[in-house]
Amino acid sequence: MHYEAIVIGVSSGGMNALKYIFSTLPFGFLIPIIVVQHVSSRSDNEWINILNGVSNLTIKEADEKEKIEGGNAYIAPANYHLLIEEDRTFSLTIDERVNFARPSIDVLFESAAEAYKNKLIGIVLTGSNNDGAKGIKRIKECGGLVIIQDPETAESSTMPASAIAVIQPDYILSLEKIIELLIKIDTNQSR
Amino acid sequence: MALSGLSDVSQIQSKVLKDETFAHELLQDLSITVTEMFRDEDFYKSLRENVIPVLRTYPFIKIWHAGCATGEEAYSMAIILSEEGLYERTTIYATDFNQHALNRAKEGIFSNSMMREYTSNYQLSGGKEPFSSYYTSSHDNIIMNQSLKKNIVWANHNLVTDSVFAEVHLILCRNVLIYFDNSLQNKVQKLFYESLINGGILCLGSKEGLRFTDFCEKYMELDKKQRIFKKKY
Repeated sequence: MHYEAIVIGVSSGGMNALKYIFSTLPFGFLIPIIVVQHVSSRSDNEWINILNGVSNLTIKEADEKEKIEGGNAYIAPANYHLLIEEDRTFSLTIDERVNFARPSIDVLFESAAEAYKNKLIGIVLTGSNNDGAKGIKRIKECGGLVIIQDPETAESSTMPASAIAVIQPDYILSLEKIIELLIKIDTNQSR
Repeated sequence: MALSGLSDVSQIQSKVLKDETFAHELLQDLSITVTEMFRDEDFYKSLRENVIPVLRTYPFIKIWHAGCATGEEAYSMAIILSEEGLYERTTIYATDFNQHALNRAKEGIFSNSMMREYTSNYQLSGGKEPFSSYYTSSHDNIIMNQSLKKNIVWANHNLVTDSVFAEVHLILCRNVLIYFDNSLQNKVQKLFYESLINGGILCLGSKEGLRFTDFCEKYMELDKKQRIFKKKY
């Protein structure tokens, strides 16, 4: 399978997890990564610049109607839902909060599942709510690859545990192993 | 679908084609009416600092809230103008194509549950009064003061199919165009450009811009981050 995108949903504990992921992924990692991290509606995007500073990838806030490109990681802006369209561009909306969150992981995951079908990798990481569970189920139903952070190793176990409760994931792994797997997939398909 | 009692999209399709009232109701139901008071307090702060001084130079002021939905932003604007002593000489045209939302906006009755968030938005935006002085609480709802409503004209206007209706000094259209594709955005921007006086001001949502439209060169940036633009002379 040739994967075209990776979507990641993460909540409390996410700053550490994302910093670890993005400082570890190597230069030349090609599959675009799209992240919803729950943040306060008033958060500015300074933390995204900090992540970008420690990463080999280009990490930026997702822009309205921006085309999704390989080698980049995109973060959902605070106080907007982030969706992916069929033509691999972003849409932002101010629709009501979903699971008390805006951006919501379910909203990103469900739209990504429809757009990429089985060419999508969905990942649920640390968090203390159950956003992402519905969305990851949809990714699985559309044939995507599903990876959940092992709740035992997550800073907050509720979110990965909620995802595992609704589907049989393809992998349940620690962050280290998730990164190893992603690098393997990326290397194999870019040969 | 739940509202109409129909079970799938194809049933809706056939009903839309035959039943005009239903088609209108569906359209209204599909339109997004989510809005807040003083959403993005940094924007309202910038409005006070950068836009109000320009408005102050006019003997009368006309403002257009395009896509006002249930009116929260128009009331926010009325509050700022009152505090800045400009409301008496202002007319706010608050328009939307969703009549149901407009009716609610006109009533000015909002859920009490939002007031904590709105109050903190208001305070962070540089608000000068106790926010509760702008409304009266009753049970689960609040009603906005009559004095805030008196210079707001609520009108049905469709950004896509209707044309220029007034020459205005300031247009606010925030988080509406994110729902439009590039060609529709361009069409609406033409309407805005033609409605603004020279030197008039256009405020877009914090993730919206003029980059993909024909009008990028026709404005200067008053506040780049808050997406406040001034029409060139």
